[in-house]
Amino acid sequence: MAETIKLEIFRYRPEKESEPTFQTFKVPFHEDWVVLDAINHIKDEIDGTLSYRWSCRMGVCGSCGMMINNVPKLSCAAFLKDYYPDKIRIEPLTGFPVERDLIFEMDDFMTKLKEIQPYIIRNEGEEKQLDEGEYLQSPAELAHFKQYSMCINCVLCYAACPVYALDSSFIGPAAIALGQRYNMDTRDQGRDSRQELIASNEGIWECTFVGECSAVCPKHVDPAAAIQRAKVSSTVDWFKDILIPWGKKK
Amino acid sequence: MSTYHRLVPNTWWLQRRPYILFMIRELTSVFVAGYCIFLLVFVYKLTEGADAYANFIDALKSPSSVALHLITLVFVLYHTITWFNLTPKILVLYRGEDRIPQGLVAGIFYAGWVVVSIIVALLVLGV
Amino acid sequence: MAKSNEPIWWSLFSAGGMVAAMIFPILIIITGILIPFGLAGENPLNFERIHTAVAHNNYVKLIFFIVISLPLFHWAHRFRFTLVDVGLKSISTLISILCYGGAIAGTIISAIAFLNI
Repeated sequence: MAETIKLEIFRYRPEKESEPTFQTFKVPFHEDWVVLDAINHIKDEIDGTLSYRWSCRMGVCGSCGMMINNVPKLSCAAFLKDYYPDKIRIEPLTGFPVERDLIFEMDDFMTKLKEIQPYIIRNEGEEKQLDEGEYLQSPAELAHFKQYSMCINCVLCYAACPVYALDSSFIGPAAIALGQRYNMDTRDQGRDSRQELIASNEGIWECTFVGECSAVCPKHVDPAAAIQRAKVSSTVDWFKDILIPWGKKK
Repeated sequence: MSTYHRLVPNTWWLQRRPYILFMIRELTSVFVAGYCIFLLVFVYKLTEGADAYANFIDALKSPSSVALHLITLVFVLYHTITWFNLTPKILVLYRGEDRIPQGLVAGIFYAGWVVVSIIVALLVLGV
Repeated sequence: MAKSNEPIWWSLFSAGGMVAAMIFPILIIITGILIPFGLAGENPLNFERIHTAVAHNNYVKLIFFIVISLPLFHWAHRFRFTLVDVGLKSISTLISILCYGGAIAGTIISAIAFLNI
């Protein structure tokens, strides 16, 4: 008798219901299957109306984030065998409005990503011209920010963050980590312009260092650390501004 | 066609162990404040004269005082441990390309804690 | 979004947290275990010794004052955010006033005590 496992999946079809429901599916259990395989099986063989996002199925695109037994995970990285024989509960990522089934609206995050100015910013007149060659950077300088460049925008960190769940005006872990990636890049001179957002009440100062963002991050970006380090540097800035008000801006 | 907004209950932190541990960590601050108030009373007893102060020191022997102290100690130790374990995440040090291990940084704080504790004990107890 | 003034509270929170982490455990062991169970010799916290040590030494007063005041600010900042995290964000201004106000009150009360010893 082939083994099976049950998946209890959040359904929401706005055209026919005003409240979400849960639907349970029985799928074959395979040792090497991940939750995404099971969901694809459901869509192919059982219920073609199930809607969800996925792409690379190997943990680099960041599309398939879902709440799996109340923990934000990439469905391509969650093995059925780690839950078998228990039922697996699958919901859209916490903290985001639901469009349909497991598909949530990411607009808020996309806006914040843009607002953090995720590109190298140079001061007026200090942009190198092409014939001047590249900006040189040592391996040690790269090591300082490389971790923060590994983000795949999967927003598992936002789903894990209780502050964001309670107040979506919080800039959030991934956006701040990305800001830090550029702030710490020796080629960048844009830290002051990002500070308006990062050092605001909706930025780093809403964070209470729960740390779950870093715990769920599939790429080990450690956004929690990025935020706390920004608190330190912003605090140093704040004292400098008070104590040395005539100091030169970078 | 409307998007569905799921509400977050105020008991969100009871749903998973990491959140419960976070809340316990945050609540250690109440016990820290509690001990601050104890120290404040201690100082006030000093201003009230030898008899009032002696009664206060004597009252430390009561079961309720010891019990309160022990509960406070458990929570304050949890504060200390979580504090030192999180500090290396903020105090990021590099030797060239290599990051100084977080365990080493935390270890330095724990070692400092032992040294400070010994010094404080010697000073307070006048050994 | 303007740059916040949170840094002042966060600095006090951090300093207070470090003081509490480093110094409180041993103090609690002293007042909660060593003294009550007589494990630290013949009444080392007697009035003569402690009053003299504090009353005539401004450095002792200052250190003692810091040890009381900074952890109070640590509590204030952390407790304020704890209350916000359990859904009380709508009254966050009131919470801030009560928490930081409490820490400031405790600081003033402690300063008065030290000025009067």
